[in-house]
Amino acid sequence: MRLSTKSATLLVLALLIVATPFFFPSAYYYRVGALVFVNGIAVTGLVILTGYAGQISLGHAGFAGIGAYASALGPTHLSLPPSLSVLLGAALSALIAFLVGRPILRLKGYYLAVATLGFGILVSMVLANESGITGGPDGVQVAELGLRDLLASLGLKLKAPVFWYAFSGVVLLVGAWLALNLYDSPTGRALRALHGSEVAAKTVGVDVPRVTLQAFVISAVYASVAGSLLALQNRFVTPDIAGYMYSIELVTMAVFGGAGSVFGAIFGAGILTLLPQALTFLAEYEQLMLGLIMVLVMIFMREGLVPSALRLIRGRGA
Amino acid sequence: MMAKLTTTTTLAALLAFGLSGTALADIKIGATLSATGPAAFLGDPEAKTLEMLVKDLNAKGGINGEKVDLVSYDDGGDPNKARTFATRLVEDDEVVAIIGGTTTGTSMTIIPVAEDAEVPFISLAGAIEIIDPVRPFAFKTPHTDKMACAKIFENMKTRGFTRIGMISGSDGFGDSMRKQCLAIVGDYGIEVAADERYGPQDADMTPQLTNIKGTDGIQAVLNPGFGQGPAIVTRNYHQLAIDLPLYQSHGVASKGFIDLAGKDAAEGVRLPGTALLVGDLLPEGDPQKPVVDAYKAEFEKETGTPVSTFGGYAHDAFAILVDAIKRAGSDDPQAIRDAIEKTSGLVGTTGTVTMSPEDHLGLDLTAFRMLEIKDGGWTLVE
Repeated sequence: MRLSTKSATLLVLALLIVATPFFFPSAYYYRVGALVFVNGIAVTGLVILTGYAGQISLGHAGFAGIGAYASALGPTHLSLPPSLSVLLGAALSALIAFLVGRPILRLKGYYLAVATLGFGILVSMVLANESGITGGPDGVQVAELGLRDLLASLGLKLKAPVFWYAFSGVVLLVGAWLALNLYDSPTGRALRALHGSEVAAKTVGVDVPRVTLQAFVISAVYASVAGSLLALQNRFVTPDIAGYMYSIELVTMAVFGGAGSVFGAIFGAGILTLLPQALTFLAEYEQLMLGLIMVLVMIFMREGLVPSALRLIRGRGA
Repeated sequence: MMAKLTTTTTLAALLAFGLSGTALADIKIGATLSATGPAAFLGDPEAKTLEMLVKDLNAKGGINGEKVDLVSYDDGGDPNKARTFATRLVEDDEVVAIIGGTTTGTSMTIIPVAEDAEVPFISLAGAIEIIDPVRPFAFKTPHTDKMACAKIFENMKTRGFTRIGMISGSDGFGDSMRKQCLAIVGDYGIEVAADERYGPQDADMTPQLTNIKGTDGIQAVLNPGFGQGPAIVTRNYHQLAIDLPLYQSHGVASKGFIDLAGKDAAEGVRLPGTALLVGDLLPEGDPQKPVVDAYKAEFEKETGTPVSTFGGYAHDAFAILVDAIKRAGSDDPQAIRDAIEKTSGLVGTTGTVTMSPEDHLGLDLTAFRMLEIKDGGWTLVE
């Protein structure tokens, strides 16, 4: 029996999440792992938008910012529990993506990239300037999610990095599962058709504006959830999270690993999250290295690392 | 088999020897600073200061005969990275204390890590929320914005001002200081008659200053801000020929500010600064003079760049930590924390530090000196 790509991806991901901690020498590695997963969630959203639908966004950190600040401000301003605030953030991101997406997605190529870039910068400016609500550029504290205390009261005491490793790992698995399901669904097929050729997709009856908007909204929710998880885990958030550098990092991760494949994109998130940690002694050259890696991948492996590698392994005959 | 047994015994013996306390490993101190990125002008002198001080201390024999090992990371001013590096410091490098958090954002993400791991943390950032409410393991060295406001208002009061104008930057520093100043201004019998704002990237503040100039009965103007904004305000102030005393904040207490604003425009501007800026003006017998002079001479020799207040914050944090480890007589984080809290009469570049369980900053208003710019240099206002 041959495993489908979907089951294989989920199986490998689950195995990696469960097995790697056996090789962790200290709790610090859980923290890095949790960061990989959080970035992986946001990047999975970009797979749907960029890999499936072929649209680019340089502003998804804006949605991460909305998710992060929702989980920070929900408990203080609306006295919501943090868990509900995460959902509120996701709903808000979806709504904003819906409203912004309609006009923005009429643009193509560079124009779309610039418009989304502008959106992301706007969000971070609002977060920095509305200091009465958001705490301003110095940031704001985030309440404890409470799940770790609950587990502790049930006799399962976990260090913060360990808990966040497990929790983000589960969310990532669910996110990947949903994204993979979408791939084979009618919407997914419509998105891929439109990626291949917009004109052809239109001719066979795909409602192009509707499905691209759907992809935009879904990917915004992924980014929002990732932002919420990051804020809850850091217990503090500043407007930097919505900054354009983070948007560009996310796109780099997706493109580097392979924007067309969920596993590839998550792999890209992993590599680009680990590299700066492994190369702390080269901290000044971080941006330079990222640029170099991008250039090399674009020249030699245009589909991204994982899809190109798979092609090599499977051989030219297949 | 035999060989393995021998190794195990040797290990056990080593362990026992280690536990008996006669031969501890080096004392590992961690730092995560923003040596690059937007806050590099703060983090870079801090990182250089720590490196220099550790080298010096080890050359002099370390603490109680043990060498100090500094593990330092550059978080680029990103709170997320700062948290990761703090986790790395406590979990992987197993340091006994953390110095750092160049900015308020990075400090606030390091605090939960330090509290969780019960490792003392000394922040180098200004915001009051780092030490208020007091958390067992969080300390800081720079004075708060509120203290700068108090120092300025005190000076205004002695000059008999009761009605002032404020023009504040909307960056993190300006925003926080504006709030702190507005909260306490009433205590000094002073009224803020005009309250203007400007963006951190603005290139001209003439409209806001014209508004202030047009407000009736204003006797002085205060400009809480950071970076280039206050220099532009000072220049515009001069161009508009506003004939009222101008007060700047401690955020621009550096030679760079005078150069940016221009010697003529900066003439007569007053601001609260630390003793480090005016080391050569301090009278003989001032308790801070030897500390300040020694640090200044050494830093300038080592790096070839002038000292800044920010490097001084790192100097003080390191001094507090070394003093605490000496008194604790051990490198147990809990013991070090207790000793830091008992710091008393420690003379640093920012002031004389005396901490208590309720006060994890340990500075009072005497830490600030009121300075006035004259002929492109600093003078002390008595």
